[in-house]
Amino acid sequence: MELAIFLILSMIGIASALNILIQRHPIYSALSLILTFLSLAGIYIQMQAEFIAVMQVVIYTGAIMVLFVFVIMLLNVKAEERVPNKLIGMRYVGIPLSLLLVTALGLNIFQSFSGQTLRVSDVSTSGLTGNTQSIGKLLYTQYTLPFEVTSILLLVGIVGAIIMAKKEL
Amino acid sequence: MMTSLTIEVGKVLLVLIGVLNLAAVLTWMERKQSAVMQDRIGANRASILGFRAFGLFQVLADSIKMFAKEDFVPPMGNRFLHTLAPFVSAFFALIGFAAIPFGNVIHLFGKDISLQVIDLNVGILYVFATMSLGIYGVVLAGWSSNNNYAFLGGMRGSSQMFSYEITIGTTILGVLMIFESLSLQTIVQAQGELLWGFIPKWGVVVQPIGCLLFLVAGIAETKRVPFDLPEGESEIIGYFVEYSSMKFGLFMLTDFVETILIASLVTTLFFGGWQIPYLMRDGFHFPGGFTVSLSGTSVSLLQVLSYCVKVFFFCWFLLLVRWTLPRFRYDQLMRLGWKMVFPISILNLLATSLLVLLLR
Repeated sequence: MELAIFLILSMIGIASALNILIQRHPIYSALSLILTFLSLAGIYIQMQAEFIAVMQVVIYTGAIMVLFVFVIMLLNVKAEERVPNKLIGMRYVGIPLSLLLVTALGLNIFQSFSGQTLRVSDVSTSGLTGNTQSIGKLLYTQYTLPFEVTSILLLVGIVGAIIMAKKEL
Repeated sequence: MMTSLTIEVGKVLLVLIGVLNLAAVLTWMERKQSAVMQDRIGANRASILGFRAFGLFQVLADSIKMFAKEDFVPPMGNRFLHTLAPFVSAFFALIGFAAIPFGNVIHLFGKDISLQVIDLNVGILYVFATMSLGIYGVVLAGWSSNNNYAFLGGMRGSSQMFSYEITIGTTILGVLMIFESLSLQTIVQAQGELLWGFIPKWGVVVQPIGCLLFLVAGIAETKRVPFDLPEGESEIIGYFVEYSSMKFGLFMLTDFVETILIASLVTTLFFGGWQIPYLMRDGFHFPGGFTVSLSGTSVSLLQVLSYCVKVFFFCWFLLLVRWTLPRFRYDQLMRLGWKMVFPISILNLLATSLLVLLLR
């Protein structure tokens, strides 16, 4: 049962990820990316990481991708024309190289997790129920500095966006 | 295995059918209520064999009309997305109900059954996520119609939902801090406690400002008057102008389902969910030491009933607001959202966190 759900979710994820590349119209690519995110969220739920799953949906699907879709629609981007590919030789270099990358990454991941199932709840600090509490606890104790640095980075991003949008303040 | 599966399916069907039926009844209620408020009679002609039932059959007549009408897709529009959009809207509005508890945990067939579809330990965030996904229906409907008015309506709708979702998020945070859980069932159970022995610890008591802001942002989220700029049925044209037949019906249904969702969320987070003040597992325990003992079954039934009554009350209240207030202008809407409601919710969050820290 668990395996079947995982297989269905991962197949949807992979198919929609491929669809991002195959589709010629940017809207369809963006919508496929949303489907990929949703299936990833499903896999997170299966790993009992509900908090990460929901955050994935809220932040990536509900906020960031809406902006993507917004921009694509506002710019009224049409479907891309198939242009004759001048760099035809790149295909013969690119395919082996990307296969090599996938194998290297896959082997690495497989070796570090082989024979053990990883659940996010195992990583949790002791005495806390649910992974929301453990993530919160870890973020505000062990990883306070990276957390704060990230928020400053986001603040810089916001200020930068305002400066770019409003040249004369 | 078989019984638990039956129970799960039963709960899903109960919630789904309940919500859809309430949405249908709300269309009738809206017509009747507006009629009463404007000194009219309202829909009363639809009848079966001369039996009119206060115009309740109007709902049936409307839905038959919707299904029988021609379904028109704009020739230059995007056929696939045009069809997908209403389903996306309705789907994400409906699945939000899965995490909302409508009763306490009951014992039946030797099992503990929590009266909600799924007891997620991130329940409230899940509802929030489904609400934020509802934007796609609006955006896609506006864009795929290949009509500039519809497109602008979709843009208005999505930026409005965006702006007010942030307020919803911050007001929810205040509730989470006080009840210290993300699971809606736990939040409701925590609201059964008493403050100083006689005031029920409902969300509205401990988070009065949060409750008000949530209600405002919630009404904005349902895209109904006074926040109905995305549709603007009477003069400005909205995102579903190119929709006809049941696809339009789905958008209309979504509006009412979202009204019920906001009513249920207000009930669950701020008005004690299924709790009745002073009602414990074995009956009423009034502050003066006066008790009325009740059996477990009747207590559970009373709690489910109390939840339904509260949700119905807030549906009525939202309809009342819809027929009382005039529409905002778009700049007023944005100013209200970003310069008033949102800063107040941030201040409320700060004050709440300070109080929680001090009183701990």
